[in-house]
Amino acid sequence: MADIPANQATLTTADGVPLKTKLRQTQRRMKMRALGLVLPLLAFIAVTFIWPIGLMVYRGVDNPVFSEVMPNTNAALARWDTQADEIPPEDIVAIVARDLAQARRDKTMGRVATRMNYDLPGSRSLITSSARKLAKIEGDVVWTEEMVKIDKRWGERKTWMAMRLASERYTMAFYMAALDRTFDEDGNITMQPEERQIYVTLFLRTVWVSLLITVLCILLAYPISYLMATLPLRTSNLLMVMVLLPFWTSLLVRTTSWIVLLQKQGVLNDILVFIGVFSDEGRIRMIYNMTGTVIAMTHILLPFMVLPLYSVMKTISPSYVRAARSLGATPARAFWKIYFPQSVPGIGAGSILVFILAVGYYITPALVGGESGQLISNFIAFHMQKSLNWSLAAALGGILLGGVLALYWIYNKLVGIDNMKMG
Amino acid sequence: MKSFLKLTSLAVAGLFAASAAQADTLTIVSWGGAYTKSQIEAYHKPYIKKTGVTINSEDYSGGLAEVKAQVEAGNVTWDLIDLELSDVVRGCDEGLLEELPLDGLPPAPDGTPAAKDFLPGTLHECGIATIIWSTIYAYDKTKFPNGGPQTMADFFDTKKFPGKRAMRKGPKPNLEFALMGDGVPADKVYEVLSTPAGVDRAFAMLDKIRADVLWWEAGAQPPQMLADGEVAMATAYNGRIFNAVATENMPFEIVWDGQVWDLDLWSIPKGSKNKAAAIEFIKYSTDTQRLADQAAWISYGPARASSIPLIGKHAEAGVEMGPQMPTAPENFKNALQNDCEWWADHQDELNERFAAWLAK
Repeated sequence: MADIPANQATLTTADGVPLKTKLRQTQRRMKMRALGLVLPLLAFIAVTFIWPIGLMVYRGVDNPVFSEVMPNTNAALARWDTQADEIPPEDIVAIVARDLAQARRDKTMGRVATRMNYDLPGSRSLITSSARKLAKIEGDVVWTEEMVKIDKRWGERKTWMAMRLASERYTMAFYMAALDRTFDEDGNITMQPEERQIYVTLFLRTVWVSLLITVLCILLAYPISYLMATLPLRTSNLLMVMVLLPFWTSLLVRTTSWIVLLQKQGVLNDILVFIGVFSDEGRIRMIYNMTGTVIAMTHILLPFMVLPLYSVMKTISPSYVRAARSLGATPARAFWKIYFPQSVPGIGAGSILVFILAVGYYITPALVGGESGQLISNFIAFHMQKSLNWSLAAALGGILLGGVLALYWIYNKLVGIDNMKMG
Repeated sequence: MKSFLKLTSLAVAGLFAASAAQADTLTIVSWGGAYTKSQIEAYHKPYIKKTGVTINSEDYSGGLAEVKAQVEAGNVTWDLIDLELSDVVRGCDEGLLEELPLDGLPPAPDGTPAAKDFLPGTLHECGIATIIWSTIYAYDKTKFPNGGPQTMADFFDTKKFPGKRAMRKGPKPNLEFALMGDGVPADKVYEVLSTPAGVDRAFAMLDKIRADVLWWEAGAQPPQMLADGEVAMATAYNGRIFNAVATENMPFEIVWDGQVWDLDLWSIPKGSKNKAAAIEFIKYSTDTQRLADQAAWISYGPARASSIPLIGKHAEAGVEMGPQMPTAPENFKNALQNDCEWWADHQDELNERFAAWLAK
């Protein structure tokens, strides 16, 4: 028998191309076709989701005001040797003063003033009034003297340091502010004065409330999902309708219904007074506080826990529990050892859904939260709509996004995202 | 294919026709409710009759967020907007509002030029004032049969006048109220507030009644809270309380002592497509008679001195409107003008401090 040459050993197709290459080509073609199918979705997500979120995160560090309105200030203040000089030397002050005067002539100094006021409260009027007066000065003067004459705050290191930080093209100031931190007059990061610290507390409160709501949802949803998965079809369909009906009802309607039920002159208080649990003066406050937020949000998010739990429980074969019972396990042990572990993927899916929705919830706490039940999203809305500090809103949103992603990552490490089942 | 082309060209022609018609349409944005109604009755209706311009009236809930979004996106759909003074100052600073020519405003009937006829401080480079409104506090007369509170100090005295209070959820103008309640005269309030000790003093005063305070956010809430019996007294906008009393016969009484008054102004968002038409409307609506007419629909004072003698009776309730104005002499004795420059400087820190105080 003659030896077969090595190259003859590779299989080829009819047209002589090695089978391996051919297979690879075919697979690539199929992959491209698959990609082509998801391309519209990908483009949609990129345009409506990734792009705006990227913009938002960028807006939290973007700081274009000074470079647009006072173009020479940043470079000049960067030359200031903050170790050696208490305030910037005259040549730097002169550049800043001319920039300020020019901003007044361009009628753009308001933007600088607003920007400065974020970092140094009360400096808005300092900027606007100084710019107004500086614009009137002509010829060569000692600018430092002139500025201190206009307002003695120009002789303070604090003012110049704040301007130096505010003039940077990209800034961490908004992210710092979103974590209750600020820069001191030497440029170090310090805590805000105690009476202004608020955002860290709010972040923690938001996470805590979301966790509480998630746990409440698990406790409430588990029995009903179990019943839905195990009862005969007619009864379980009725239960399903009772779960879905509120799910299909408008969020606002459900929230305002809770107001009707829980307020001081509301249905629940009326009933409790009527049956004599407490007197008419002793009506308790169940809404416009944290209690109201938790009750209404738990109710609204409950279907997001019930549905994944139900669809997972539906797939658990009753024969396993029966087998465990026939082998002598008590009902509790059979449930805990056999049934519960199989339902965990549903709990995981529901918890992630409920938690992430709760962390960003806005309308319900705004309506029923009163003053103690507000969450971080309400303050993001405040900075978007009222204070117009969109950069701070972006920074708060960026931190929230980072936090959710981190939790998702931890969840993946602990439970494994593959274990999650939506049905 | 031919019919398709025909259809498209028709549609395109229709679009052009619509945009051509837009030049005769003004979109005017205001606060809604009884206030917008007063503007429609006093300004919009006669203006439409006179010029044939179509006016599209929209509501908003205050603030500059929408204006900022429209200006930044380069797609300004609002032509004229009713703003509070503090928002005018801020919007002007940030380049969100058009500068307005002040010379074209009509003079008073006796020939006084507009610049002198408008009350001091009511003309701004980016806004022309129409009304003076006020934040006051009102109480429910049925809760105080032996005589109700008289002064701002009484509002903070829960021993002498027990009962829940409602206040606006925000530092403005609660800090001013607190200092006046603590005995600071109106003309010294901002001087005291400019010191850290003054702010502490105001918060300490709020601390005293905090357990008895419910907080409101929208102007419609305080009269409702009073009517529901949830609170015995409430800070509120004077027009809202007046309406509840005049048109719904509510037993409320306004305490004018320590009122904090403010302005509403017409402003034009930067880049409005109908700037010229909007300016024409401003000129028309801020003449002496129009401002006086508006006062027949709501108890906010006209911004022109010459309008004040022309104020008549309420158009529906028939109440004499003169004494209901924040600017009526007997109401104006201990009054404070909201200092929007001061607030523009300090609102960032005070909003945070107030929120932190509330959350404690």
